Amino acid sequence: MTLKDLETARMDIHKSESNPVRKLIGLKLLLAALLWSVTYHYLHPLASWLAYDIAGLSSSSHTGSAVEFFIFEVPKVLMLLAAVVFGVGIIRSFFTPEKTRQILANQRESVGNVLASCLGIVTPFCSCSAVPLFIGFVETGIPLGVTLSFLIAAPMINEVAVVLLFGMFGFKVTAIYIGTGLLIAIFSGWIIGRLHLERLVEPWVYEVGGSRLSLVNERMGWSDRIDAGLLAVKEIVSKVWPFVVGGIAVGAGIHGYVPENMMASIMTKSSWWSVPLAVLLGVPMYSNAAGIIPIMQALLEKGVPLGTALAFMMAVIGLSLPETIILRRVLKLKLIITFVFIVAVGITIVGYLFNFIL
Amino acid sequence: MKIEVLGPGCHNCKKLEQDVQKALNELNIEAEVIKVTDIMKFSSYGILMTPGLVVNGRVYSSGKLPVMATLKKWIEEESKK
Repeated sequence: MTLKDLETARMDIHKSESNPVRKLIGLKLLLAALLWSVTYHYLHPLASWLAYDIAGLSSSSHTGSAVEFFIFEVPKVLMLLAAVVFGVGIIRSFFTPEKTRQILANQRESVGNVLASCLGIVTPFCSCSAVPLFIGFVETGIPLGVTLSFLIAAPMINEVAVVLLFGMFGFKVTAIYIGTGLLIAIFSGWIIGRLHLERLVEPWVYEVGGSRLSLVNERMGWSDRIDAGLLAVKEIVSKVWPFVVGGIAVGAGIHGYVPENMMASIMTKSSWWSVPLAVLLGVPMYSNAAGIIPIMQALLEKGVPLGTALAFMMAVIGLSLPETIILRRVLKLKLIITFVFIVAVGITIVGYLFNFIL
Repeated sequence: MKIEVLGPGCHNCKKLEQDVQKALNELNIEAEVIKVTDIMKFSSYGILMTPGLVVNGRVYSSGKLPVMATLKKWIEEESKK
């Protein structure tokens, strides 16, 4: 499914809004899903055919396998991305930050940490909203540690990272990434809660006196949700595709040209300090998940073990200098340092764990 | 009519402000458009995600960029009140 198809599908949905034929939307979605699956299924043979039969490259040559890899991976990852972002967009239309706040307001601390981390994955979030969100959560009586669990999970486990990891490294790596990301968010928030650092929140935060949001138009129909999904696809895919293509191009280069046994021999070489170093380098950096993938590929090519590369990735997208500067408005420096330190230690442990398991 | 666009200056916040101006021009409606960057004010409206859109003190959207057609509909409805 290309962006253009999505656009026409989107326009069709708008048209059908005037006559409330719900079935039509369902039918179109089903058709799109069918088209998607068929295309996805035939991508590999199509790529082989294009690379070997049409372009006439030899399947045993490095150039041939690199070109085939590229022709196959680019549409594959983009299609996966479009499908996942669409699904996540629809799921997120059910979870507004306001609803999440309501759910968390009535929770005990430990259960709250778990819930906040899970909700962090599905609630729409943008780091530019970190401060209003923080204030809104804290003033409703949500404990500091639970709020921070949410603020750790939300950027760290995002759909783009998940799709790219799945597309490039498979299911196992993706599952471990999500699982360990959640654990870091849960435990970091829980530890901060145990440390009772509420006095390190700027006092004015508690004096804001907020109100409950009452939207004029709170109702959302299915066509609105599908719209939200399509809008998410348009926004994210248009922003992220150059990074995807770049990342896969680097990947194709490695795939075709670096002999496998050489890769393997570098991979086994690792020093104990490589994980903390990667985290230390990654924390002040900021990039979106798509931008970090080409860097990860390059790191892996240079022989960095996967756990180290993943720790680097988590540190870059989960913690960043700009975000901590934004949070400085509501948190005292001592609390920010504690927060970053705890999360960084968590990421380091995960890095070692990855290197150990894989 | 008073239209407030709430946002600390992220990409979508600027976009929403432009969209509001565009909608007003196309509808030929006059309104006072205020850019609110004070986070204390966000909380008083109960907005957790930016950009937020407040027309005549009523919160119309939070955390997303409304489509042009919807934006126009809201402004038109509000101007008739």
